[in-house]
Amino acid sequence: MGLLAVHGLTKEFRGFHAVHNVDLSVEEGTIHALVGPNGAGKTTLFNMLTGFIKPTAGRIVFDGEDVTKLPPEQIARRKMARSFQITSLFDQLTVLEHVVLALQAETHLGYRFWQSEKMLGRFRERALEILAQVGLAEIAERHVVSIPYGQKRALEMALVLALEPRLLLLDEPTAGMSLDDVGRIIALIRQVRAGRTVVLVEHNMGVVSELADRVTVLQRGGVLAEGTYGEVRDDPRVIDAYLGQTHA
Amino acid sequence: MSVRPVTVRYAGYALALIAALILPHIIYPVLALNIIVWGLFAVAVDLLLGFSGLLSFGHAAFWGSAAYAAGIAATRGGVSFPVAVLIGTLVAILLAIPIGYLSIRRQGIYFAMVTLAFAQMIYFVINQWRSVTGGENGIQGIPRTLLGLDLSSATTFYYAALPLALIGYVFAFRVVHSPFGHVLVAIRDNETRARALGYPTHRYKLIGFVISASLAGLGGSIYALGQRLADLEYARWTTSGLAVIMTILGGVGTLWGGVIGAVVVLLLRDWLTTRPELFGVATGGVFAVIVLGFRRGILGTALHWYRSGRPDAPIRRRGLAAARPDPTTVPRVKPEKGGR
Ligand SMILES: Nc1ncnc2c1ncn2[C@@H]1O[C@H](COP(=O)(O)OP(=O)(O)OP(=O)(O)O)[C@@H](O)[C@H]1O
Ligand SMILES: [Mg+2]
Repeated sequence: MGLLAVHGLTKEFRGFHAVHNVDLSVEEGTIHALVGPNGAGKTTLFNMLTGFIKPTAGRIVFDGEDVTKLPPEQIARRKMARSFQITSLFDQLTVLEHVVLALQAETHLGYRFWQSEKMLGRFRERALEILAQVGLAEIAERHVVSIPYGQKRALEMALVLALEPRLLLLDEPTAGMSLDDVGRIIALIRQVRAGRTVVLVEHNMGVVSELADRVTVLQRGGVLAEGTYGEVRDDPRVIDAYLGQTHA
Repeated sequence: MSVRPVTVRYAGYALALIAALILPHIIYPVLALNIIVWGLFAVAVDLLLGFSGLLSFGHAAFWGSAAYAAGIAATRGGVSFPVAVLIGTLVAILLAIPIGYLSIRRQGIYFAMVTLAFAQMIYFVINQWRSVTGGENGIQGIPRTLLGLDLSSATTFYYAALPLALIGYVFAFRVVHSPFGHVLVAIRDNETRARALGYPTHRYKLIGFVISASLAGLGGSIYALGQRLADLEYARWTTSGLAVIMTILGGVGTLWGGVIGAVVVLLLRDWLTTRPELFGVATGGVFAVIVLGFRRGILGTALHWYRSGRPDAPIRRRGLAAARPDPTTVPRVKPEKGGR
């Protein structure tokens, strides 16, 4: 059994099945890509895995534990961390403060309303390391509102890495990025995969072919095909699904 | 021009302390104490509004119930005034736990409405529970004692009570500039992301709510002893509204702005003491001018001018007022969608 096992997962929005009866098993140590046309239900699946949406039916088992009913913060604490398709940051914090906030999350220091914020200095060094890893060390003191999109996406990655997750759920980490930035993200995922498991939602097939050990294709909420990149690429149903999208 | 901003800040605190110490010699001491405690009340409201993004329209529940509890403890229990204040504050905290628990799951206007509803319930209870609260008469002639000292003079009591109020102010500062304060601001800005990082945001908001209520309770307790009266008026919704007005006048998210708001409102009320019917109009007028002309509030606008005059000054952005970029000076950044 995999690190993450999903059984019959279903989400119904007022009669519409965004995700329908999905079974999925993600093996420890692999990079598992989740692809599919727009609206296939990839983000909805992520939202259920991370507790932001309650499934209509089905079960999610992470590392042998049923996490189906856990709230997002509990899931994060079990070392399943997600990034967001639409960049989701804190407008008033600097780049460095973002990472400090993420590092601080697993401690209980956040409850110390009686102590000085200066104690957060202990996270600074580690935060700068992580920022160096994603190439943001030079802009550590900048405010996020003033940094370009590509760097926001990199910070999105840094926040996930700061949680030291066992399972990373990355929702289109390269969305809207320039070619250079995409290359940097690929290198970064390669670098951080050691000892970790990654589920990657990605539209860029170049990225998928380079990184994924296994690919699951979703279509209209259901699993259409699963296999290695080569296998699903040549699957006529998959080709159909993608052609169907361009005709739509 | 080489004065460091930190120095300016400490100079500001020193000036504020001096002002607090000589205040009863500038204006009459009862008014001076009112400014100190209403200022604390407004700071409590701002702790919630400016730093958690929650507009409470029911803080009179904590101010009022603490005032009654302190008054009853001093009158019936005969306890010394600091103990009465402590009891009042504890009652506010005890009430805030269930009220906060049930309110913080709502947001925006719904949160305001739920807090208002609870405050109305507290008002109703105080009004009906005559045997304890005195109903419409309230608790009158509250004694204030401390180790046999004579605290009947308003000036003496001002100096006796000032340290307790200052503890409240220092505590508010500490909370905002603590690791907890950082998390609170992050939750205010993006609760979803904070949860994804592993923060149980409801718990943080509840703690923030209780802290805010404790400061309102501290203020309300001292107020009752200062006035020697616990009155139904203290728990009325208009009292919640007045605190919110003070906070907005002074500047949301500035933390100390509410004190300036309290000065403006209370001086206005004092000045119009013979024409109480004009107080509402005057407050409303000042409020309209400030909100329309200086939307950051008095302190918020002053800080903004000071900072924009000194672009190198590091900006402390914990609060909402400092947080919102001025649309006229900062080019709007379009929210980005994740591209396909
Ligand atoms: N909260 C919601 N209420 C109703 N419908 C929803 C909701 N969230 C998603 N949907 C619908 O569910 C379907 C799947 O959406 P989802 O965002 O999961 O797709 P996706 O595979 O991530 O697509 P994309 O590649 O465009 O990001 C879409 O048709 C969407 O409109
Ligand atoms: Mg999506």
